Amino acid sequence: MSWDITKVRADFPILHRNVNGHPLVYFDNAATSQTPKQVIDVIADYYTHYNANIHRGVHALSQEATDAYEKARHTIQNHFNAQHAQEIIFTAGTTHGINIIAAGYSALLQENDELLVSAMEHHSNIVPWQMLCEKTGAHLKVIPMLPNGTLDMEVYETLLNDRTRLVFVNHVSNALGTINPIEKIIDQAHAVGAKVLIDGAQAAPHIPTDVQALDIDYYVTSAHKLCGPTGVGMLYGKSELLNLLPPYQGGGEMIATVTFTKTTYADLPHKFEAGTPNIAGCIAFGAALDYVNSLGLEAIAAYEHELLEYATTQLKKIDGLRIYGEADNKTAVISFLVGDIHPYDMGSILDQLGIAVRTGHHCAQPIMDFFQIPGTLRASFSFYNTFEEIDRLVAGVEKAKQMLE
Amino acid sequence: MAEIASIQKEIIEEFSFFEDWMQRYEHMIELGKSLPLIDTQHKTDDNIIKGCQSKVWVHAELEKDKLVFTADSDAIITKGIIALLIRVFSNQPPAAILAAETDFIDQIGLKEHLSPTRANGLLSMIKQMKLYAIAFQTQLN
Repeated sequence: MSWDITKVRADFPILHRNVNGHPLVYFDNAATSQTPKQVIDVIADYYTHYNANIHRGVHALSQEATDAYEKARHTIQNHFNAQHAQEIIFTAGTTHGINIIAAGYSALLQENDELLVSAMEHHSNIVPWQMLCEKTGAHLKVIPMLPNGTLDMEVYETLLNDRTRLVFVNHVSNALGTINPIEKIIDQAHAVGAKVLIDGAQAAPHIPTDVQALDIDYYVTSAHKLCGPTGVGMLYGKSELLNLLPPYQGGGEMIATVTFTKTTYADLPHKFEAGTPNIAGCIAFGAALDYVNSLGLEAIAAYEHELLEYATTQLKKIDGLRIYGEADNKTAVISFLVGDIHPYDMGSILDQLGIAVRTGHHCAQPIMDFFQIPGTLRASFSFYNTFEEIDRLVAGVEKAKQMLE
Repeated sequence: MAEIASIQKEIIEEFSFFEDWMQRYEHMIELGKSLPLIDTQHKTDDNIIKGCQSKVWVHAELEKDKLVFTADSDAIITKGIIALLIRVFSNQPPAAILAAETDFIDQIGLKEHLSPTRANGLLSMIKQMKLYAIAFQTQLN
């Protein structure tokens, strides 16, 4: 079945605007994806028709809002194939989810326990663990990266031992697009009794992920990279593991009973959902998954792969252009530099041409240090991008190169 | 040495001859290339302003009663704006630097480079220049 790009693009109002006098070319999808009108409508519908605080309301609006909120949880559960709905915790995003686990582990770790992090993590999957190590006396060890932007799996095996408590890696690197072999990473970690947290922020929009089939212990992702709103995400954890963790925040919703002498906590998932959540956002997260699934993640990935292949071939024709991250298995992300041109300079000129790419270290400074570069330009493609837009990027890079060299 | 306000006016006039963004940017790139090199002994970690996007180095020295700035960046457009800022603020009395506005950058169509989202070190550079001015003003008093 061929990809109906015209129909798909019609769903995204923002794609039809101009930037600096040019039709927008949006290639910053790995930072945030655009929002289809189906999802925008859901947010507007919530505030227009049934805005109310959820749970414990006896009135109709509260009931409707609660139903929609819990329905979204089920949509997420089904999408990631979690065994129980209560294993899906609504969060403010991937970073929040990681922090819930990191904070919880401060009660579980002992001095000299070991945590393994990959060399290609986003800062949000490094810093919370460093803070945890400072607090507990556990040690953070790094799974190194090879020059092609893949993890050194041989070293990984040697790092695992009976002191390893937790391994955390991204399913897909945000800076390089590398798809990590999480199945193998999980199996080997489990063999020494370690648990694994998968950061799915970059993978969830492109790769179907079955948390049970992969035997994932903890999984975090964000809605805004998946055609949903910002400020919403989810944490999945196996029930028996989440039950071991203390609550992250105290407040309403997360309690069973409160007296001034003792408070008992609510069961999952409410234990981790203190306070009034982003109700419209959570409902819209469900709608975003429905939208993505109506197109089909596999069809999306196939089309995005065509864009990636085309862009890689076309960009490589530019003299002096180097691509960082050349794993065989990668998502539609191209991190690159041209000659000695600083990414900030090229990004600024592309912006003048109406082309949005990301520049800088992509919150992954260790990767930039590895390659000894200040940062890269990153073009990341989505299923609503076109081959013509890639031609405009290539022409824009040529133009910028001519101006800057 | 002309006063800060009249130098800014001069720059605005120069830029008014450019017909489109491309000419403006080409000029910025030229300015960036012509920025006098900062003495390598001042290109230290102490003088560095780290932006997420580009790095900026600023050094200041008092010559008689005037403050002289030298600076550098690893990105050429940032360097072009630095060249303008130096033209405006260098060789001026600290009190005049403290009192000066920087809205000429808006008026020459380069406002976006001073936006905090750019994280290119320029905003911090201006702040740093003003801090130097405060420090040296105290010294002069």
